[in-house]
Amino acid sequence: MRANHPLSRIEYQVMWNRLISVVEEQAQTLVRTAFGTATREAGDLSAGVYDTQGRMLAQAVTGTPGHVNSMAMSVGYVLDKVPLAKMNDGDAFIVNDPWQGTGHLNDIVIVTPTFRRGTAVGLFACTLHVVDIGGRGIMGAAQQVYEEGLYLPITKIVDRGEMNQWLIDIIAANVREPVQVIGDIYSEISSNEVGGKRLVAMMDEFGLEHLDDLAKHILDHSREASLAAINRLPHGTYHNTMMVDGINGKSMEIKAKLTIGPDGIDVDFAGSPGMVQLGINVPLCYTEAYTSFGVKCIVAPHVPNNAASLATIRVTAPEGCILNAKHPAPVAARSIIGQMLPDVVFGCLQQALPDGVPAEGTSCLWNVRLMGGMGRVDGDPAVLQKATPFNVTSFHSGGTGARPKLDGLSATAFPSGVRNVPIEITETIAPVLVWSKEYRTDSGGAGEYRGGLGQIMEVESAEDMPFGISTSFDRVVYPPRGRAGGLAGMTGRVELASGKTLPPKAHSSIPVGERLRVSMPGGGGYGDPRKRPAAKVADDVARGLVSVEKARELYGVAVTADFAVDEPETAKLRMAVAAE
Amino acid sequence: MPPATSPEAIRLAVDIGGTFTDVVLETPDARYSTKVLTTKAAPEDGVLDGMLRALKLAKMAPSAVGLIVHGTTLATNAIIERKGARTALVTTKGFRDSIEMAQENRFEQYDIFIEKPEPLVPRTLRFTVPERVDAKGAVRLALDENAVGELAQTLKAQGVEAIAVGFLHSYANPAHERRAGEILAAALPGVRVSLSSEVCPEVREYERFSTTCANAYVQPLMARYLENLRKRIAAAGFGCPVLLMTSGGGLTTLETAARFPIRLVESGPAGGVILSTWIAERFGIDRILSFDMGGTTAKICIIDDGKPMASRSFEVDRRYRFMKGSGLPVRIPVIEMVEIGAGGGSLAGVDEMKRITVGPESAGSDPGPACYRLGGVRPAVTDANVVLGRIDPDRFAGGSITLDAGLSRGAVDAHVGAPLELDTTLAAFGISEVVEENMANAARVHAVERGAELEGRTLIAFGGGAPLHAARLAEKLGIADVLIPASAGVGSAVGFLRAPIAFEVVRSRFVRLASFDAASVNAMFAEMEKEATDVVKLGAAPGAKITISRSADMRYAGQGHEILVELPDGPFTATSVAELRKRFEAGYRTLFSRVVPGVDVEVTGWILKAETPAPGRSDQADLGPPGPLMSGAGAPRSDETRNLFDPMLRDYTSVPVYQRKTLKAGQVLQGPAVIAEDETTTIITSGFVATLDPSGAIRLTAKSAVLQEAAQ
Repeated sequence: MRANHPLSRIEYQVMWNRLISVVEEQAQTLVRTAFGTATREAGDLSAGVYDTQGRMLAQAVTGTPGHVNSMAMSVGYVLDKVPLAKMNDGDAFIVNDPWQGTGHLNDIVIVTPTFRRGTAVGLFACTLHVVDIGGRGIMGAAQQVYEEGLYLPITKIVDRGEMNQWLIDIIAANVREPVQVIGDIYSEISSNEVGGKRLVAMMDEFGLEHLDDLAKHILDHSREASLAAINRLPHGTYHNTMMVDGINGKSMEIKAKLTIGPDGIDVDFAGSPGMVQLGINVPLCYTEAYTSFGVKCIVAPHVPNNAASLATIRVTAPEGCILNAKHPAPVAARSIIGQMLPDVVFGCLQQALPDGVPAEGTSCLWNVRLMGGMGRVDGDPAVLQKATPFNVTSFHSGGTGARPKLDGLSATAFPSGVRNVPIEITETIAPVLVWSKEYRTDSGGAGEYRGGLGQIMEVESAEDMPFGISTSFDRVVYPPRGRAGGLAGMTGRVELASGKTLPPKAHSSIPVGERLRVSMPGGGGYGDPRKRPAAKVADDVARGLVSVEKARELYGVAVTADFAVDEPETAKLRMAVAAE
Repeated sequence: MPPATSPEAIRLAVDIGGTFTDVVLETPDARYSTKVLTTKAAPEDGVLDGMLRALKLAKMAPSAVGLIVHGTTLATNAIIERKGARTALVTTKGFRDSIEMAQENRFEQYDIFIEKPEPLVPRTLRFTVPERVDAKGAVRLALDENAVGELAQTLKAQGVEAIAVGFLHSYANPAHERRAGEILAAALPGVRVSLSSEVCPEVREYERFSTTCANAYVQPLMARYLENLRKRIAAAGFGCPVLLMTSGGGLTTLETAARFPIRLVESGPAGGVILSTWIAERFGIDRILSFDMGGTTAKICIIDDGKPMASRSFEVDRRYRFMKGSGLPVRIPVIEMVEIGAGGGSLAGVDEMKRITVGPESAGSDPGPACYRLGGVRPAVTDANVVLGRIDPDRFAGGSITLDAGLSRGAVDAHVGAPLELDTTLAAFGISEVVEENMANAARVHAVERGAELEGRTLIAFGGGAPLHAARLAEKLGIADVLIPASAGVGSAVGFLRAPIAFEVVRSRFVRLASFDAASVNAMFAEMEKEATDVVKLGAAPGAKITISRSADMRYAGQGHEILVELPDGPFTATSVAELRKRFEAGYRTLFSRVVPGVDVEVTGWILKAETPAPGRSDQADLGPPGPLMSGAGAPRSDETRNLFDPMLRDYTSVPVYQRKTLKAGQVLQGPAVIAEDETTTIITSGFVATLDPSGAIRLTAKSAVLQEAAQ
């Protein structure tokens, strides 16, 4: 190609667009063939294409910021262990090492080299979350990663087109849902193959012998665009702290220092607490993923993810800090704190960009992870023998923080982008009955812009058996804070409907005849609630999103029985506050 | 074939679009068409006006017409403009918010300022009653009939005009919904009630409830409109039946349309695809890519062996860059199309990565592209086409608008050329390459999602913008054969006249092949067949043969997404299991390249479609427009030349311009060349040869393919 001709710029762009379309095809294949609900229903997966140096050139936009650049690094580790020259057409590699993959054993990465006319031209990688990997579960009592399940270092799973059946058998023997897990691995292998085919077709069409020039074009432009976006912000160093619930009644203060400079943004978590003996520790790769996601949302949302755009955001944390946990720390539930990191970053960025960032939200997913049958729940073995064994994860969310000029989103995932699992699907695959799944009145933080509402779910066994829940929830002690005068959202709660509180980060059993109730947090509010137009407050009351009492107490709005604004009373209420 | 004098052979098609109502009248030997403005307040006025005009052109009386086929965007517009009925949702206690929580996700990952689509029924009009059915259809909590009765009074007091009833797992056991529906209907005479188990009997509560709400929401409006139309048509002296076009590409009766009006959305685009299907059949082509490009969007559909790809998932009102998830889901039988924000009015710019962007933002018709001189300053695709010589600024839309090429150049320069340091021509070429690449990528991703290959297909292009871009799109997709039919401007209405009467019914019932019970599946299909044929018979000619086709949504047990598998005809037996697995795995391998060993296969949904040709549909060769086209060939004549930018030559070249109306069947034109007509312009790039077909269609063949053929 005539690299200097102006036309080549148009051609490069066309090829760049094509590459993005190729990884979208790769991701689509994964969604459509996967077995686990995490991938097929919730979109918890990622897919990307790499040059022969292991630099990510394009990544599909999927539901999981946790894989944003963690998966990108996996390819580098694979190439370190198996140089390209030693790879063959039809090979594929597997890895779930939390420190070389995406942060915990449940995420399985598959890396596949793509060959064209006998030469390796690039690689494809994808990641998905398998429903079980053995061990003690996501929120089990594991004190080391050894107890968290099957650990797969970088290993060849397909050799020149032949499945490594020995390895498949080992995996199948070590997980509780072998059909789903093996099916998911097949699905990943297929999706990389689809990506590879498309890449070769594209190179044929454009007559490309290698991706080097195209890679340079993509990476140069992405770096420039990222830096341009960053340099629109005032340079400086900004600090923020945020309390998270922690474990066993010991809360934690996450500290961040964010520096905006001409070469990018540096985020350092020095001063944050050390590791704990429960799987909420976060490997650095996962810390990087959610931190850069948070920065990107605010600073450069339109620049696609690739090696160059991600390199402009650098994340550090001292070794042994909970945000840079070292092997063999347990890390299965690394998402709890990981997903809180965008809120921590927002608090820094707000100082550089007033009116540019939302209030804090629920942030960590409130996945309802249920199980039943022998060995999965406390109860009389004679009774449990008759119970249907099951494991099901249903993805759910509390409210997001209010945005400058917009209310928060109710029962919506952020920063994670996963979809929920329909109740009718959950009930089809597991012996449970969900009796309620509705908005939680007054949970959204009051503000000129209201925080998104959380929701309440009530669940019962469908076969009069005890069942278990593995909780991995935060924002039970410390609520999402409001911003710019907005109030905090409501904290979350896990309990039996009869009243007994259950722990937010543990495995609990629900006895026969009891219902489980999960009340999810609401997002923080934005701006002074007394500035919210009274008509909007009355509308919230009519919709049952805000109670009459809270409308009066927090918003200073009196709402009549037929949901109209009591104007004189409201004026009095709002005047009284203004006078204070 | 009916004799020429049979009244059934005289048929009218009416397509109500957002701006125009198109009418086509066909007799066995002629076709007449007219366009009138859509009369939004009372659409039947425009319909009547258009039909009478068409009859006048043909010098015929209303009584001569044997059938009216009608498609309309009224239901879609009511949803987009939120002008439907005051609708209530009655649902299972505890699930008041299912339709608002939707999938609990954000359709755009990095934009923290998105707003989610507002449900059609606000929380204040969503009510719950105690009742519960489980996944197997067993009653866990009996329906509280008193609560339903009391609720009826509330709904009355609220002035509700339509009711949607959606209970959990009603696809497995509809008894509670039916009973609640009866109680509400009895207490609220005149208010229509839509049951989710009838509108969309499929698992996944959000999609089912959303579809049911949409049906209820448009029902009063559509029922009223259809009734008015029926009366007006009768009063005007038409004695013939009226059939409605559905999104699935089949026709249905007024009665069924009034019951399931949601099935009428997207009927216009479906008509276009039916036309493509018809043309493909006529030309004996079995693999088609149908390509429709207008002012705002482009729509692409894959057609194999005379069957457009079907689906049951569709979103109305995608508000955010046409993105998946930003609209309201409706699960109805639809012809599956990808729609992307790429039309003549789509605006171009440069993003942070110095990439040219095109669409989905559109200049619309006001201010329109810069060259319209209506104040548009940003360049649209049409402006790029003017710069590249593809559009003659003096003869746009038959000369009704004179375009200002200088304004096009200025806009392209300012917004794309200058930021990228490209000259005007290359900037315009960049815009057209990007819009064509966007369409090509959408087609590619769509094809992979459906396990189809694009190579070797024939592209059928219609709509004002498609013939300008068809040749280049074909080059990008490795397609060597392009057809541009005559009368492309009223393509949808012409398509209506080719559609069969059809009705599709669906059941969600989970059956593992390992425990396949042939008798119960046969019984279910018998019931479905009766339901579907009863609907089809309402519109069919007496004694017409009704064809049944069956398919199933199948997957490996444990997966979450199904593939559509055609089922064999005839009753199932114990030995059918092997055949079902074979068909599933063949389909699975096509889509995903490998099968998964040792896993049971499960059917989740069962689909049955009954269809019969519409009365009087002629199976004769398609009609071409009357005139010189039909008479003999010869060398094509061109009186003018134009400077056209050719993408393969990467430069301007002087090319002949032909007027389509002067071309004769059998004539051959070498690209690069331009064929001009009032509604559009066909660009023949240097890689193609064009031939004129007796039907009036232009057929482009890649020169490489011509050479190959000659060599053989």
